[in-house]
Amino acid sequence: MTARGQTPSQTVGPFFHDGLVREGENVLSRPDAEGRIRIEGVVLDGDRNPIEDALIEIWQANGHGRYRHPSDVRDVPLVDGFTGFGRTPTDPATGGYWFETVKPGPVPDAEGEMQAPHISVIVSARGMLKHSFTRIYFADDDAIASDPVLATVPEARRSTLLATPAAGGSVRTYRFDIRFGGSDETVFFDV
Amino acid sequence: MHESYLPRDDDHPPFLYADYRSTVKRSPEMSPVAIVQTLSEVTGPGPAVSELTTEDADLTTNAGTGGEAIGERIIVTGRVIDENEEPVPDTIIEVWQANSAGRYIHQRDDHPAPLDPNFIGVGITKTGPDGEYRFTSIRPGAYPWKNHPNAWRPPHIHFSLMGPALATRLITQMYFPGDPLHALDPIFNSVPAPARERLVAEYDHDVTIENWALGYRWDIVLRGKSATPFEEVAP
Repeated sequence: MTARGQTPSQTVGPFFHDGLVREGENVLSRPDAEGRIRIEGVVLDGDRNPIEDALIEIWQANGHGRYRHPSDVRDVPLVDGFTGFGRTPTDPATGGYWFETVKPGPVPDAEGEMQAPHISVIVSARGMLKHSFTRIYFADDDAIASDPVLATVPEARRSTLLATPAAGGSVRTYRFDIRFGGSDETVFFDV
Repeated sequence: MHESYLPRDDDHPPFLYADYRSTVKRSPEMSPVAIVQTLSEVTGPGPAVSELTTEDADLTTNAGTGGEAIGERIIVTGRVIDENEEPVPDTIIEVWQANSAGRYIHQRDDHPAPLDPNFIGVGITKTGPDGEYRFTSIRPGAYPWKNHPNAWRPPHIHFSLMGPALATRLITQMYFPGDPLHALDPIFNSVPAPARERLVAEYDHDVTIENWALGYRWDIVLRGKSATPFEEVAP
């Protein structure tokens, strides 16, 4: 038993945009940053209709694999101007979203074993009484074969956590859709 | 030794709560996969975002028109702590709310109640060294929604907190005491009964400012660190 009960979650509702969304927060890296990538996708409900009022937040290490956070005390360099935080609403017509960032470097798990490069994702929306956590991994990265968190996911569902290379412009582009419900539901984590 | 956070406990609402109809198609169907928290979960955007944020905590004037919002002026204050009663200092709180007539400035809000040109209904602040925070605003109005016949949301203020880690992220709503709409609201009632009162601010006459504004106190409790971090024991 802890001393105080947690304040319960409530839905973000449909009207969060003015309070939470600021221009440019889906672009995490400078245009000249090395290892720049674009991640794009849609958020879909149980009928595979677009969730057009979701809020997607991402958190990641920089390209060297360092989090800008006091609990990351490893001797790995920070990158000026890179916080590792991104936030965007989904498109009010299509449920689509995109981020431009850099591919994160690897970070260790609790036992010190290296994890494959990944981006943490928080999904909130009207109709969601609490947020869901997932992770974006990269389908074309060999390190996914030995990732300790992916190893805990039933094999048949692992592909839902993999961003796949997609056609894009000048920036290396990956596709990552987020699906609620159904047999191909995205894996969500109890963090 | 590796730090970790206590789990999101059962006092949170379920994903699927059929009385709130939109949850039916927007809930995960399969059980979430448990994760042993790594550096990715015990870090989070809170500290980096705090550094970059400028406070804007007076919603009665921050429309920037030079005019003041219409409504019953209120102070909302309290502390952000964790479940071990440790203060959560220097963390961002973002709020948004309807105006005193129950209308958001959001373009998708079609409730036929008036907009207030002097009210945008958004604010941001950072907690102090002891976790304390404070906003000035106006009491939001109730508003109808389409969940069920004659459905009304009780007056509430939306709160978003990062806390120190990815694991401590919280988005919630603060309600006002003594409101008969609470018993009728499926979003409020999605929370297990014993924990519902944690969402209701209390009127605090010591916070009320004479001839100026009514005071409400609301503490916010985030997930705390696991009390017994693993340590090597000598054989």
